[in-house]
Formats: sequence, structure tokens, C-alpha cells
Amino acid sequence: MAKVVNRLHPDFATQSYVIEVFKGVALTTRQFARNLFARKDIVTVQYPDDRRPYTPRFRGKHRLMLRDDKSVRCVACMLCATACPANCITILAKEVDDPTIEKAPSSFDIDLLKCIYCGFCEEACPCDAIRLDSGVHTIPSYTRRDQKAGVINLMSLGSVSIASQGGEHRAHSHEGTAHGRSSGH
Amino acid sequence: MHLVDNVLLNIVLMTLIKFAGFVLAFVMGTATVLTWAERKYSALLQNRIGPNRANIGSIRAGGLLHMLADPIKMLTKEDFVPNTPNPILFRLAPLMAFVPALVVFAVIPFGPGETFQISNTSLGILFIFAISSLNVYGAVIGAWASNNKWSLIGGLRISAQMISYEVAIGLSLCGIFMIYGSLDLQDIATRQGELLWGFIPAWGIVYQPVAFVLYLTCAIAENKRAPFDVGEAEAELTAGWWTEYSAMGFAVFALSEFIEIVLIGCVGTTLFLGGWTIPGLHGDAWWIVVLEIGGFLFKSLFLVWLQMTLRWTLPRFRYDQIMRLGWRIMLPIALLNLVVTGIVLTFIERA
Ligand code: SF4
Ligand code: SF4
Repeated sequence: MAKVVNRLHPDFATQSYVIEVFKGVALTTRQFARNLFARKDIVTVQYPDDRRPYTPRFRGKHRLMLRDDKSVRCVACMLCATACPANCITILAKEVDDPTIEKAPSSFDIDLLKCIYCGFCEEACPCDAIRLDSGVHTIPSYTRRDQKAGVINLMSLGSVSIASQGGEHRAHSHEGTAHGRSSGH
Repeated sequence: MHLVDNVLLNIVLMTLIKFAGFVLAFVMGTATVLTWAERKYSALLQNRIGPNRANIGSIRAGGLLHMLADPIKMLTKEDFVPNTPNPILFRLAPLMAFVPALVVFAVIPFGPGETFQISNTSLGILFIFAISSLNVYGAVIGAWASNNKWSLIGGLRISAQMISYEVAIGLSLCGIFMIYGSLDLQDIATRQGELLWGFIPAWGIVYQPVAFVLYLTCAIAENKRAPFDVGEAEAELTAGWWTEYSAMGFAVFALSEFIEIVLIGCVGTTLFLGGWTIPGLHGDAWWIVVLEIGGFLFKSLFLVWLQMTLRWTLPRFRYDQIMRLGWRIMLPIALLNLVVTGIVLTFIERA
């Protein structure tokens, strides 16, 4: 069925625009006066002083989660690097002495300038090793090199995960997520 | 010889004093304040806070310090010249917009008598038209010299728009000249101090209300500000004719726009709002003169405020709408207004 468009047929007084202009001026002036004497309509957030909390689903800078012994959970399976549509994850694997752990990353770089914060890496990871829930907005920098987040950098935001790894479930009460952590550094 | 020197010196000195008092203090002062006021005002009527960050220590003064911070920023920014075959024209263009805007104030009477007018010429309003129509060159040459398509399109729009509205603005004011029978602004202002039937001030807006609306509309269009800022049209043309300008070049353009706002206010006051006269107040006492000058400045600032509010109230017209408004609506109404004024004046003379 065709959509019926309701065309407006303003009368001559409206079309002549003269009265309407004055109505508009009255409206804006009234709003100006309201805002001059009271602040209740003002929607500005004074950014560096006040910050809005991010939603819990905000995808910020990545963090690498830790095992109980504070070593990195990542087993360098490359699933995240494969899933990444922006091709911005570069992982180099290394052997680990512990026979229960396959591999670990010797370097884990994310080029934050290429990253589109889609969260696919987080979804792909079988080990709950990479997350985007740090609540940290990408920090501006003067050089491109500073936008490469290495493994140490990513781990510094990390915390111990309660997800089981290596076949054995270990419960933790203190899962640390950084929801709502809003300071930008 | 000595006498001639003294007279000359006197004239030069007086001119300088008037220049400093009126143009530097009032016009430039208002234009400078406008750079802050416009942002703050628009912010408040759009439920925002507006500029408030510039500070000296903990003093912020509601963002007033932005007036200081802006020039510092503009002076220290990179002064970019695009890859253009006309770098000299590119440099010259801001001045070509700035100088005419400022020169025009020479003939505005801001108080009673010759003392309060920099140059008393009987051609006052023609001088204003002649000089302020040079304004278009600054914008168009700047746009041309930018060697940029957006600038060029913006410049084309501006030149067509400004020249079209030049016609309508001239015709809209003719009624005033017919009624007061003079082109001398001081004369027109003085005549408006009289009372009509003993109680209505004989202001131009009383005789020519239609002309006032036409004048204000055309003047805003001449100044290429919203709702007539299709030459700038951020949504389509980046920044239109001044896309390539940065640092002081941009600042001078912006300042000349603000100066023109004050100019429109001053001319509108002189022609339509009774100039410096205050109804029912005559005399040479110093307090009356002070009141009259204050009245002139107040009325001018009122028109400045009106222009600012109009700008932040109305959405931008489309380019073809602007042209249609100029040629098919403004021009016929101005002509009709002129004819009616002529007929009425003839009848009054006969009677
Ligand atoms: S968020 Fe998306 S783009 Fe960024 S690293 Fe993960 S998968 Fe790649
Ligand atoms: S972060 Fe997860 S998906 Fe990526 S390599 Fe490490 S374990 Fe595999």
C-alpha cells in the first residue's frame, strides 16, 4: 500500500514567515532567559571534571586476564588474531615449562589505531584471556608507536578470571572487572 | 602658517579622539565582546554552557577570558597558505573585507552635532552603500585565491547573494530619504527627534515599518550570516569561502563580520530608531548629550542582539530560496513601498 504523505498547507500568514520569525525569536529568548537564571535545562557535562559512567557493555582498551599465579592466561592459540576483522593482533608464541599449559605469548601486540573495538577477539577467545571491559578509553598519543599495546601493558589492566582453564574448575569470588572505572589512565 | 598648522592639528586630533572613542572603544569593543557573547549566548539558548575554560589561575569570569585567549591562539597558530597561484590576493582578501567595514563608521552620527560624527558629509548614506558594497570583494577574492572548489562555490554564492540584496537594501531605504528629504545621516537623525502629533516619536520605523523589516533582512543577507550563510554552509561546503583561512586571516574575516553586525545596528538605529535622539528630550546640557549618546549605543546594541537572536533562531535557507526571496519578494515589496510612500507624500503635500 502506498504511503500517504500529509503535505502541510500553511496559510498565508505562516508562509509569509514574518510572524513566525518573531514567534521563533520569542521562543529562543525565553529559553535563553530560563537558562540564564536557572540551570535545570542545561545538558552539558563538564567533561574532564564530570564524567558520565560508561555502560557495562562499553568496549574499551583490551586487557589480558591473569591466572592465579599472575601469569598471563593467554595460550597463544591465535583465535583472536584470526577472528580480528582489522587484523591488528600480532602474537608470537613461546614454549612454557609447565606441561599443563600448551604455549604462552612471548609478545602480544594490538595496534589500537587499527582496532575497531568490535569485540570479536573477546568472543573468540576460549580462555577468557582477552577482554575489552577495562573501561579505559583509548588514550591519545603523539606517535603511532605508542598506540601499540604490548603484553605487559595489556596485562597491567588485567585481573584474575574465574573461568576454568586447563580442565579443572577453580572458583574465585573476587572476579575483578573494571565496569564503570572511568578514570582514563 | 602657525595658524594653519594649529587648525590642521586640531582637526587631526579631534578626528583621532572621535576615532578612538567611537570606533576603537565602542565598535571594536563590541565586536570583540561579540566573539565571546555570540558563543555564550547561542550556548545558553541551546541548553548548553558555552565557553568557560579560559582561565588565569582560578579566575574564569564565565568565559570572558576567551576574548583574550582567542587572539593569542590565533596569533600563534600556523598561518596556512594553500597551494595557490595567488598568494598575494589570498593575503590581501581579509584586509579587503576588514577595511571597508571599519571605514563606514566615519559617517555615523553617534551624538548631536558635528562633534559626535567623525566626518560630516551630506552624502552619508551613499558613502555607506558605496564602501560597504566593496565588502563583497574581500570574500569573493579570498574564495577565488584559495584555489579550492568549496571556497569557489561559496564565493560564487556570496557574490550573487550580496549583489542581489544590495539592490533591495538600497530601494528599501529610499522611502526614508523621501520622507526626511536628505541623505545626510545627521540630518535624518535630528529630524527623528521631533514628535508626531505630539506623542509618537517621529522615528523611521513609525513611518516605514515595512522598510525596516526589509532593511534588517537584506542587511543580514549582506552580512552573509545565518539564515543567509549559504556561502559558508558547513554542511555542504566545509566552511565555504573561508575554508582555507586559518590563524589571523580567519580572525580578521570573523572580526569584520562582527564589525558589520555593529554597523547594521548603527545604521538601522540612525535611520529607523531615531538615531541618538530621545523623544521629548532636547537641549545642550552635558547630561542630555551623555544620555543621547548612551541611547544611541543602547539602540545599536539592541539591533545587534536582534541579529544574534535571529541567527540562532532561524535555520539556513536554501540557496535558491535566498535568490527567490531577494528578487521575487524583497525587491517588489521594496518597490511597492516606495510607490506607496511617494503617493502618500504627494497627498500630504497637496493637503
Ligand atoms: S576488538 Fe575487534 S578489531 Fe579490535 S582487536 Fe579485537 S577483534 Fe580486532
Ligand atoms: S587471547 Fe585468547 S584467543 Fe587470543 S591467542 Fe590468547 S588464548 Fe587465544
